[in-house]
Amino acid sequence: MTTLAAADAANPSLSMTSGHLLWSSAAVLALAMLAFCVDLAGGPGREARAAARREQAATAVAADGGDTAVLTQVEAPAEVPEKRQWAGIGMSLAWLGTFLLLGAVLTRGLSVMRPPLGNMYEFALAGSSFAMVCYLLWSLRRDVRWLGAFVTGAVVLVQMAAALIFYTAASQLMPSLQSPWLSIHVTVATLSVGLFILAAAVHLLYFLQAKREDGGLRRFGFLRSVPDAATLDRTAYGVLIVAFPLWTFTLIAGAIWADKAWGRYWGWDPKEVWTLVIWVLYAAYLHARMTAGWSGRKAAWVAMAGFACVLINYGIVNVYFVGQHSYSGM
Amino acid sequence: MTSTKDDTKAVVTQPKLGVLGGLRWFWRQLTSMRTALFLLLMLSVAAVPGSIFPQRGISAQRVTTYLDQHKTAGPILDKIGLFDVYTTPWFAAIYLLLVVSLLGCVIPRIRLQAKTLRAPVPKVPRRLSRLAGHVEREVAAPPQEVLAAARAALSRRRYRLREDAVAEGAPLELAAEGGRMRETGNLLFHLCLIIVIIALALGRLLGWRGDVIVPVGSSFSSVGARYDTLQPGAWVDTAKFEPWSMKVNNLDVEFEDQVDPSSAQWGQPRHFTASVTTSLPGQAPRQRTLGVNSPLAIGGASVFLLGNGYAPRVTVRDAKGTVLYDEATPFLPQDNTYRSVGAIKVPAASPKQLGFFGFFLPTAAFSKTQGPVSIFPDTRAPALVLGLYEGTLFPGGRPQSVYTLDTASMSQVKDTKGQPLRILLRQGQTYQLPGGRGSISFDNAPRWAGLSIRSDPGKMPALAGALLGLLGLVMSMSLRRRRIFLRVTPEGAGSRLQIGGLAKGDDPRLQVALEQLADTIGARAAPPRTLDPASERKK
Repeated sequence: MTTLAAADAANPSLSMTSGHLLWSSAAVLALAMLAFCVDLAGGPGREARAAARREQAATAVAADGGDTAVLTQVEAPAEVPEKRQWAGIGMSLAWLGTFLLLGAVLTRGLSVMRPPLGNMYEFALAGSSFAMVCYLLWSLRRDVRWLGAFVTGAVVLVQMAAALIFYTAASQLMPSLQSPWLSIHVTVATLSVGLFILAAAVHLLYFLQAKREDGGLRRFGFLRSVPDAATLDRTAYGVLIVAFPLWTFTLIAGAIWADKAWGRYWGWDPKEVWTLVIWVLYAAYLHARMTAGWSGRKAAWVAMAGFACVLINYGIVNVYFVGQHSYSGM
Repeated sequence: MTSTKDDTKAVVTQPKLGVLGGLRWFWRQLTSMRTALFLLLMLSVAAVPGSIFPQRGISAQRVTTYLDQHKTAGPILDKIGLFDVYTTPWFAAIYLLLVVSLLGCVIPRIRLQAKTLRAPVPKVPRRLSRLAGHVEREVAAPPQEVLAAARAALSRRRYRLREDAVAEGAPLELAAEGGRMRETGNLLFHLCLIIVIIALALGRLLGWRGDVIVPVGSSFSSVGARYDTLQPGAWVDTAKFEPWSMKVNNLDVEFEDQVDPSSAQWGQPRHFTASVTTSLPGQAPRQRTLGVNSPLAIGGASVFLLGNGYAPRVTVRDAKGTVLYDEATPFLPQDNTYRSVGAIKVPAASPKQLGFFGFFLPTAAFSKTQGPVSIFPDTRAPALVLGLYEGTLFPGGRPQSVYTLDTASMSQVKDTKGQPLRILLRQGQTYQLPGGRGSISFDNAPRWAGLSIRSDPGKMPALAGALLGLLGLVMSMSLRRRRIFLRVTPEGAGSRLQIGGLAKGDDPRLQVALEQLADTIGARAAPPRTLDPASERKK
């Protein structure tokens, strides 16, 4: 038994590397967030600067023609969008931070030779990786630089919580977690949580933008570099219609696994209850968007309630509620 | 509805219609989206207390403990069903109303969808530029070829096509409709929710579960009376259980000892496997293994290994040395170190029956504050710490727990100093009881396997319903219902292609999709740089 157990034991140097990679990733993503913030801060002046450039160009054209009386913008050359250097720096740092984070997940998994999905620390790592990867893949197709500060900010918070509060020494799993369903169920669950984080960030901006469009929040100038409220609403919806089927799959895969491990597919265990509550709330959001008088801000509030339950399900149910999902490792 | 109060009074039959109208009004309200939304929100709120308060369905013992600790609030909470949330009428009311609302909403939509599926694709409207999406292109190919390319492109996107014969010289037209399966998927999803709920109910009625603790070396046969607890569904006849039996030969258990003892992972279970011999009537016994996550199917039920613990074997003798008790008695683990509680009942003792109670400690140690504790879940230094009662063990023949003594008709045995007697027994030791009551010896501590035997006929229908529902959900989320209309007119040597698009619901990508379609048609009909207008003209 001792030789077998020794072979099973965690590889301490690898798990230490994983910890270092996590800290570096958090530092790099924090810098990325700052860069994105600087970019957003430059937003309010962007239109004015563009106008100034146009005017300058027009003046230059006019000067060339030697007729100073004509200052039309018609002759101005095609508009070149302003180079957003700080956003570019933020993006590069986000990529670097994400690779470091993926390295942390990989080395953590290698140190115990199992999928790194066995306790809250490992979920936090996996969930934040998924949020970053989804965001970066999204950024390849659309201009979502305006969202960068909020995604990296949320991810850094999760990373710090993981490192400082949820940290659990690398070790083997308890028997009920030793199943191929661990990889399937928990991977999809963390992936959907990653998407819920993105949607919540977009919804948060939606609330601010909607308020600003109604004439409030005059001092939140950075919102000028953020799309209009209707676009934000649609964007969050687009993320959530991907996340919702994934969450449904999480529920089904969890039920299949529960049947294998605990002998019943549904047993009203607190974690099961909260997973269902989240599912019902996001279903309510999807319905609300189509209900007269509920679309817009009210529907977004339902989605935010769903996200609050995601946070409770992760941060409180695992630790404080008595149930069969008590694997926080804390 | 337009009639005044006087009319209602004058016409006798009017109130009857009013009732019907009222019912119709109620039905409309119930099946409206607003009500469904409200019920969904109610359901999410109502489910929460069940995760906060202990539930009888999960652990009746924790409910009893809670009621003991909360003398005033407990009974009130119990009255409103907070310890049985998921079986209370108010919870059932919410989900049953939701089911009714769902059916009331979905059934008319099914009828409508059946009609839609049979309906032909509508004709091309006259002004395409008026539609929500509109694209106009010049394509360097004759109209017939452009239309053929459009037909191919739209068929590949699984659009249904409609082409009406046009008069000689009139522009060519093509109408197409796609994504009709979106609504079908949505309806499938909602119907599957009903299937899952029915399957759950079926499992409740036709399924059963029984739990039993089997010490290593003992066997168990599946007859109703042999189960420690048995919860049969309403339609289950426990007399008709298939009489299989199972002997637990060995239980292989491993606990984490490769980490620092201060770590929360220290002593955590890592591995449980039981090797068992199963026998069915008329079949040769079979050696099988049973583990966590790998249940055993036998006789129409599944056997799960859900727990384990220790069943210390003690021998109790009277003063003459006659053996009164010699059994492995299961003790229940209380924490991760397997500090276990239990009772050893010796009804054969005389003149008074004896009842020992106390702890089993797999790795005993003594702490100054807590007294005897266990520091590791494996049997590294097993010990029993017991007290003793004497009197009548089963007063009035009332049912009682095997893990505790009913001390109503018993008195505690004191030592010579007048203190309650406390017995510490390490494995292999014997203790002489005071006052000529005989002796107790702790022989060894075999493990027990906690088996749960369950049968749920609703399981597979529920799974099928859930997976089918997921398919419907993905269909309804990924498909888009669009109508696309094309008109191709000859323009010089090539053609002018007009595309108009309509979408059902919010579809911000419609314009982009039409432009992509126009690109595809253009590339198919007139591959770039291979045809120029000059060569086209010569044809």
